[in-house]
Amino acid sequence: MKTFDYVRPASVSDAVAAATQPGAAFLAAGTNLLDLMKGGVTRPNRLVDITRLPGLDRVEPMPDGGLRIGALVRNADLAHDAEFARSFPAVAEALLSGASAQLRNAATVGGNLLQRTRCAYFYDTASACNKREPGSGCDARFGESRLHAVLGWSDACIATHPSDFAVPLVALDATVEIEGKTGRREVALEEFYRLPGDAPERESVLEPGDLIVAVRLPGEARKFNAHARYLKVRERTSYAFAVVSAAAALRIEAGTIGEARLTLGGVAAKPWRARPAEKLLEGRVPDAAAFRRAAEAALADAKPSGDNQFKIELAQRVLVRALTLAAAGTPKRIAALPASPFSSPAGALHDA
Amino acid sequence: MNHSISLTVNGVRRDVELEDPRVMLLDLLRERLHLTGTKKGCDRGQCGACTILIDGRRINSCLALAVSHDGADILTIEGVARGDQLHPLQAAFIAHDGLQCGFCTPGQIMSAIGLINEGQAGDDPERIREAMSGNLCRCGAYSGITEAVLDVQQSLLQANQRRSA
Repeated sequence: MKTFDYVRPASVSDAVAAATQPGAAFLAAGTNLLDLMKGGVTRPNRLVDITRLPGLDRVEPMPDGGLRIGALVRNADLAHDAEFARSFPAVAEALLSGASAQLRNAATVGGNLLQRTRCAYFYDTASACNKREPGSGCDARFGESRLHAVLGWSDACIATHPSDFAVPLVALDATVEIEGKTGRREVALEEFYRLPGDAPERESVLEPGDLIVAVRLPGEARKFNAHARYLKVRERTSYAFAVVSAAAALRIEAGTIGEARLTLGGVAAKPWRARPAEKLLEGRVPDAAAFRRAAEAALADAKPSGDNQFKIELAQRVLVRALTLAAAGTPKRIAALPASPFSSPAGALHDA
Repeated sequence: MNHSISLTVNGVRRDVELEDPRVMLLDLLRERLHLTGTKKGCDRGQCGACTILIDGRRINSCLALAVSHDGADILTIEGVARGDQLHPLQAAFIAHDGLQCGFCTPGQIMSAIGLINEGQAGDDPERIREAMSGNLCRCGAYSGITEAVLDVQQSLLQANQRRSA
C-alpha cells in the first residue's frame, strides 16, 4: 500500500476543504477503500477521516413523512432499526443481503453507495482497465464477462455497480444530500450515478471535495411498504455480490396495481430503474402475464456485453419473481436468508 | 508524522505510537501487542479469521485502520475466558467438534459472540448459518460450528426464560 497523509477534520466544511486537493479520499469505515488500497487499485495520497464528524450518524424523520439517513449510519444499524424495516422493507432486506455481518457492522450508508465495481479486471492491476487507468483499454470486454453489464454499457467499460442498498433506494426515489465547496445540494440517486460512456472513471456526479452527508427517502415511499421486496440471485447462498437482483414495490388498490416501482441491480453501472415496465403495470391485475410483459419491457434494450446473454433472461425471471413476491405481501419478518430465491419458511433448513 | 492512539484491549488500556498510518488493527494486535490469537487469513475482509469486537460489535480487523479507531474498546479471543474457565462458546466448540485445524476458530468464536450480542438469529439454525457466513472454515467444520452456536444460544434463551418466569 502506498503511504498517505492522514487527517481527521472536526467539521464537515473542514473535511470538504481537506479533500479538495487531487489524490485525496474520504475514509469512513474503509471496508472497500482499504481493500482497494491494499491491492494498489486506488492509491490516495491523503485520507480524510470523516468518522468523527458530528451529526452524520443519525436517522431523522422529515416534516413530509420522509426520512433523512446520515451518511455515517452503519448498514447493520439501519437494517435492524425496526421502524425503518417496517416502513422501507425492501431497503432493509437489500442491506441484509449484502456482504457479511462483520462488514455490515462497519460499513456506512455513504460508503455503500460509493463502493467500486467488483469487475475482476478493475481489481487486477496487471489488466487493462479504463476505470482504473483511463485510456488503458478494457480487458473485460473480450475476457471473462459472464457477470458484466447488459444495459447502459459502452466499449470503454462493461462493469456493474455492486450495491444492493442502492437498488431499492432508486426504486423509491431516494435522494443524496451532498456538501461541496459551494454549499449543500440534493441529487436524485438515479441521477447521482453516471453511465460509463467514454469516461468510466467518472462514476458519479461528485466533484473533488464533495461529501455525501445524508440519504433521503421521501414520505410517499412509505406507501409501498405492504408490497415491497428485494430479490438477489447469487452464485452462492450468502455473502456474495448479485449476479442479478431486483427491487419491486407495488401499491395495490382493490385488486389492481395503483403504482409500481421496479429497479434492477447487477445489470449496469448503476441501479437500472425500469420506468416503461412500471407504466405497463399500472391499472393491471397483479398476475403472471402482467409481470412477464413488464419484465420483457424492462429488458427491451438489453444486449450482452460478452459471455452474458443469459443475464437478460435471468433478469426477466428475477423481475417476475420479485413482483410475485411483492404482490403476495411483505412478510412480517425478513426471511432467514434475506432476498434469497432459496429462502424457506422460518425454522426450515435451506439445504434439507 | 507519528500518531498516538489509545485503545482498551481486553479491559487493559494500551497506548500505541504509530510511525506509519497504514497499520490495520489486525497487525497492531499481532505485531505490536503480541496478541496473536486474532488470525490473518485473507487480509481482505473475505474470510473472517481476523474478527474482533469493537464496542461489542464484530468487525474484520484487517479492514480497520488503527489510527481511525483511537479510543476503541476491543475484545479479542485472548479476553473471552475467565482464567481457566472457558467462555461458553469456547466450551461448545470443543463439545461439538466445531474445529479441525483451528486456524479459523478465534474468528468463528468472536463472530459467534457478536452474533449473540446482536440478538437477531435466536435459535433458528438457518439464521445462525446466514449470520456466520462471513467466517470461512476450510476444514469444513460448519455443522459443528452451527451446533455449538445453537447450543449456547439455546442455553441463553432458556436461562432468560427461567429468569423472567
